[in-house]
Amino acid sequence: MREKILTFIEKNSRVDLRDLAVLLGVDEQMVVNELEAMEAEHVICGYHTLIDWDKTDVEKVTAMIEVRVTPQRDMGFDKVAERIYNYPEVNSVYLISGGFDLMVTLEGKTLRDISTFVTDKLSTLDSVLSTKTNFILKKYKDHGTVMAEAPKDERMLMTP
Amino acid sequence: MRNPLNEKITTIKPSGIRKFFDIVSEMEDAISLGVGEPDFDTPWHIRDEGIYTLEKGRTFYTSNAGLKELRIEIAKYLDRRFHLQYDPLNEILITVGGSEGIDNAFRAMIDPGDEVLIPQPSYVSYGPCCVLAGGVPVIIELQEKDQFRLTPEALEAAITPKTKILVLPFPNNPTGAVMEKSDLEAIAEVVIKHDLFVLSDEIYAELCYLEEHTSIASLPGMRERTIVINGFSKSHAMTGWRLGYACGPKVIMDQILKIHQFAIMCAPTNSQYAAVEAMRNGDEDVAMMREQYNQRRRFLVHEFERMGLQCFEPFGAFYIFPSIKEFGMSSDEFATRLLQEEKVAVVPGTAFGDCGEGFLRISYAYSLDNLKVALGRLEKFITRLRAEAKQA
Repeated sequence: MREKILTFIEKNSRVDLRDLAVLLGVDEQMVVNELEAMEAEHVICGYHTLIDWDKTDVEKVTAMIEVRVTPQRDMGFDKVAERIYNYPEVNSVYLISGGFDLMVTLEGKTLRDISTFVTDKLSTLDSVLSTKTNFILKKYKDHGTVMAEAPKDERMLMTP
Repeated sequence: MRNPLNEKITTIKPSGIRKFFDIVSEMEDAISLGVGEPDFDTPWHIRDEGIYTLEKGRTFYTSNAGLKELRIEIAKYLDRRFHLQYDPLNEILITVGGSEGIDNAFRAMIDPGDEVLIPQPSYVSYGPCCVLAGGVPVIIELQEKDQFRLTPEALEAAITPKTKILVLPFPNNPTGAVMEKSDLEAIAEVVIKHDLFVLSDEIYAELCYLEEHTSIASLPGMRERTIVINGFSKSHAMTGWRLGYACGPKVIMDQILKIHQFAIMCAPTNSQYAAVEAMRNGDEDVAMMREQYNQRRRFLVHEFERMGLQCFEPFGAFYIFPSIKEFGMSSDEFATRLLQEEKVAVVPGTAFGDCGEGFLRISYAYSLDNLKVALGRLEKFITRLRAEAKQA
């Protein structure tokens, strides 16, 4: 049941819980209990909104920064990751296999914001060996959702 | 000038859906719940394979029976999903949609005057195809009290010495009815007793919400007297690719193949290659779509219950078949007024046989948001009808 609830709300967390219970064919109280339990267990870590900021007047720049670091004794990468993710402007931090170690995504108002963060804060950390900043030019798809408007239903209006 | 036309075809009535289609096409903000095909796009990996085969220039004919590769994959699929065993070389034919299989099977099996039992309400093509093949359609009226399942009693009552074929259209369009294994066993007994053949149209086999679909051909003694019709349209959201298949014993399939060979040559090559991909890597897509349909189905059943609209719970396909008998008007009248007054298009049950009178076919091959808006309008309409009835 948990998997079904999660699969659904991952795409639409605003669903009315009464509706969700009907859709999944279970009791509403059960859905409420499961959600509360999963929130408490931090299986559900938050309810976010997917926004296409490009369609607003708000200026935003997003960068994906590849970071190479030296892991620390006994802590591995966790300590340095923590030092990075504690900055509020950092959106996400992933430990990555391959040519570099951490993938950091960062949001700023301007290019200067980003470059200031990289030069002043990120590169100066002791364990950071190098950084490579990639700016996002256009978001086509995010969180499994295509950002373009959904195509119109072109089916014949009535078919047997 | 002589009459240029064949007598049989001129006596066949055009589909009852046409009238509504014409009205709804002219309406600006109408919502249609009248579509008989999935709202999902064909899964991307299948489309991608179709594109790739075009790029590779695979634009030639295939063998008449279809790509051997595809027939082998279908044989594996039927075995893994429905415990059906067919020899891909002699017992599986790739057709242009399930419809071609129905037509060909009738033409291969019917002699003039043979009676074909057609349970209704059901898909619109069985009767006309039977007539064109020289057969005599005999309608079995399915009952709401039986959840629109075919009962052995109703079957037995319709059989005459001329009866040759029983059409078994389950999971059913338009009612959403299914036949469970025990229901089929009772039918198989009667079929064997009277030495009949079965045309089992299983195009909605993947869309069963109660238990896994059982094919009557998998029951003892039934394989040699059954033609199974299936395809990719509903299960893999591939209606426009026009690809289906017919399976049966070699003795019948050899003749069906001849008709296909002379009438069609082969099913579209591009679609066949895409279908190989669908068979190999498509099971998860099918499961995902089934889950979505099932959610919408539960929602509609719940909503109709709340509105007090009488409706048996359907367990197959993507249709729900509520009764509108309480409003004292015909299906056609109800559907016409619903369309004119609330701009919601549904199909009157009578489009699927006279015994569909008093019912509507509502398709849930639509997004949940779409269904909610449409149901809101439907509720407004029936609330008004009930108020009118009270005043009168």
